[in-house]
Amino acid sequence: MIVKLSAGLATLCLLTAPVFAQGAAKPTDPQIAHIAYTAGQLDIDAAKQALEKSKNKEVRDFAQDMVRDHTEVNKQALALVGKLKVKPEDNDTSRALTKQAAAKRDELAKLNGAAFDKAYVANEVAYHKTVNGALESTLIPSASNVELKGLLQTGLKIFQGHQQHAEHVASDLK
Amino acid sequence: MTPERIAFVARVILGLSVSARAETIQVTIDKLVFTPAEVNAKVGDTIEWINKDALVHTATATDGDWNVNIQASQRGQVVMKKPGAAEYYCKLHPNMRGRIVVAP
Repeated sequence: MIVKLSAGLATLCLLTAPVFAQGAAKPTDPQIAHIAYTAGQLDIDAAKQALEKSKNKEVRDFAQDMVRDHTEVNKQALALVGKLKVKPEDNDTSRALTKQAAAKRDELAKLNGAAFDKAYVANEVAYHKTVNGALESTLIPSASNVELKGLLQTGLKIFQGHQQHAEHVASDLK
Repeated sequence: MTPERIAFVARVILGLSVSARAETIQVTIDKLVFTPAEVNAKVGDTIEWINKDALVHTATATDGDWNVNIQASQRGQVVMKKPGAAEYYCKLHPNMRGRIVVAP
């Protein structure tokens, strides 16, 4: 019982704890690159799940847009880190994002039809909001390389667009 | 000249003069920004978007009148058919917005 309860609490903490903790040490460029790349890859994985499960055209189109855009941004990110000779470095934020995404994927796997569509799109709104908040408040101000900062700034504009697009799809699903 | 012939010649002259006056107005898309954000055109003019991003964008009239899909690093065009101010945005990134003021 105690084991169960603490496991439950740990899961709850994982799901509700802010991935991007306020006041944490300023991330380095190699860490920022890793976080940005991971965030993109996780959204691609989420979109692939949607493409496997959803039959709704608007949801599928949105998921395809996510795969296409995030693949392109990550391609640019990889090209930049290669050019700058920065080796992306795994870190607590990347790990927390990955864990949280895995939990969400398991949760969504149990849903089907309209329930899945709604939950996927609602999570896309929330996920982009979280990542955009982190870009604005932590990642962009912390980036020391000008080109990395520039890529993050463009990324922020793209992801803000995705957030609005997801909000639009969410309102159509109501 | 028969009246039909006169009408035909008039149509040709009118048609030529309209197409001679019609212009193509270019709008660049770079890093999710339409530049210039606002352009002036006349009915019959073509708006051409030059997409410098490696992303697919659209130029979509908010009133649903027209929609142009613009592939990554490609161009897209639409002819302005009616006067008035047309607001438009990118369906895929709705934070991208532009405006075309069309004179009669």
